[in-house]
Amino acid sequence: MKHRPALREAVITAIALIVVLAIPLVHHSPAFEDFIIRLSAMALFATSLNLLVGNTGMVSFGHGMFYGLGAYAFALTMQLTELSLPLAAVLAIAITALAALCVGAICVRLSTDYFAFITLAFQMLIYSVIISWQSLTGGDQGLRGGLPRREIFGFELGSQLHLYQFSAVVAVLGLLALRHISASPFGQTLRMIRDNENRTGFLGVVLWRARLWAFTIAGAFAGLGGVLAALFVSGAYPELADWPNSGQAIFAVMLGGINSFLGPVVGAAILLALNDVVTRFTEYYGLVLGVVILAFALGLRRGVLDFLRFAWPRGSK
Amino acid sequence: MDLDALGACLTTSSCVVTQTTSGLIVGMLLFLVAAGVTLIFGVLKIVNFAHGTFYMLGGYVAYSTLGATDSYALAVLAATLAMALFGIVFERALISRVYGSNVLMQLLVCYAVVLIFDDVVKIVWGPEFHAMGMPPAFQVPPLFIAGGVVPPFYAVLIGIAALIAIVLGLGLSMTRFGKTVRAAAVNSQMVSALGVNTTLLFAIVFAMGGGLAGLAGALAAPVRSLSPGMGFSVLIESFIVTVIGGMGSIVGALVSALVIGMVRGFGTIGFPKFTDGLIYIVMIAILLLRPQGLFGRSS
Repeated sequence: MKHRPALREAVITAIALIVVLAIPLVHHSPAFEDFIIRLSAMALFATSLNLLVGNTGMVSFGHGMFYGLGAYAFALTMQLTELSLPLAAVLAIAITALAALCVGAICVRLSTDYFAFITLAFQMLIYSVIISWQSLTGGDQGLRGGLPRREIFGFELGSQLHLYQFSAVVAVLGLLALRHISASPFGQTLRMIRDNENRTGFLGVVLWRARLWAFTIAGAFAGLGGVLAALFVSGAYPELADWPNSGQAIFAVMLGGINSFLGPVVGAAILLALNDVVTRFTEYYGLVLGVVILAFALGLRRGVLDFLRFAWPRGSK
Repeated sequence: MDLDALGACLTTSSCVVTQTTSGLIVGMLLFLVAAGVTLIFGVLKIVNFAHGTFYMLGGYVAYSTLGATDSYALAVLAATLAMALFGIVFERALISRVYGSNVLMQLLVCYAVVLIFDDVVKIVWGPEFHAMGMPPAFQVPPLFIAGGVVPPFYAVLIGIAALIAIVLGLGLSMTRFGKTVRAAAVNSQMVSALGVNTTLLFAIVFAMGGGLAGLAGALAAPVRSLSPGMGFSVLIESFIVTVIGGMGSIVGALVSALVIGMVRGFGTIGFPKFTDGLIYIVMIAILLLRPQGLFGRSS
């Protein structure tokens, strides 16, 4: 009984992965592959943020700093060392997790509003360090010169198709890992903290420790998203760590639904698709996006998946 | 880092005067915007993420009014009134629907407004930068104070902002309306139960906040360039000001806006690339040591 949900998820994941990987064999479309690569990075980024926002009730305004840090750590490791790609990626994620641990250690004890502001301040601090440390990061021009191409397991990530397959696999595995974390007893503890932190404390849970773990894990997965982003743009740009990027992740989470695990993924897909479609027809992307957001916020009052579950509650199985 | 340059500047009176006035300009404009943010947060418990948009629109309205009437005073007045009105509409039509819902929903609504009006500005005034230029009345020789050059407009700007600070401070502490506002900040339900029309009060507070931001935009237009998205950096800075000064405190907003203005004014000489970083470090330190801010009351 206990293993069945995990098995069911594994099967669903496998099917989803096979479908995504099979699409280019049937219909080869660079635009679609491009979309999936960006979606992979964004989905990991947004879903990791939702571990904080939806699961734990910690509203972070600065999640983009870990996305940006992951991208810079990975791109710099690739450029400055001879490490293989997986090792560089693991190192980048470790660096990001460590940064999240340090920032989290300072932030997690603050209450909601102040937590939001201090994460924003840390993000802006890291952003200004990236901008001003020109010799290492290339300043506001971003880290250029491309990433050295290193083959892994027969994949050559300079090729778009291979990057597509790699990103899809990484994103799906990452999401599966996040799913397991959020369904685990630890994930339940986080939801308990969200719903009533006093009671959770009375039950013997050390609140700051659980929150710090959540913050670190979320940072690490945002870093993984950043690695994919760095692979996609072949470098790293300060915009990855900037405020609007954190905003994008928050929108993805809110548009998709904070109470559904796949909500942020759906939200990220909506945002990216909207961006691709609208910019083709008009330069006033912000106007359209703003109206769509208003419709969601004032009309549905919740994200898409949350709304669907609200409108058609699933009967007991 | 260029501490030698900073030291050299601090020992010459002309440099001190010039940097102090530019710091005061930054600080005073920031205060006008942040006073609205802190007022709205204090009374309505809403973090108005769209406040930079009021500032931007204020600047553009002043730009167009000056172009049409050639009177800067009229331009300032038009910007202030238009943004006060816009504040009421914004509060009634959008913000009043998300009272009491979580902070992310409020963020979403405000940011949607930011996105929409950045593009509206692009449609109406074009995406390029506009320079309003110094209004004709102020195209006079600069003042010389202790060897430093101070354009008369700077003195007027600082004077107007200081006057607003005094009026706002005294108004909130002395008048009946100010007392009602402060009472509503403590417990708006109780104020409502005592017979005050809080719906009206909230709208007025939003109008005041919007008007102040519009005024700041109009005053900033001659000294800064206008562009869509100009509200954004002001928004971030006014948040820093409110956090450092204490959410809901007008005095705190004034003091911390001036501190940030001075850090800006002299930081550009000492550490040109890391001025922003310096300000964020101050903000983090304040949040850790005194989360309620310098002048905030601990809850």
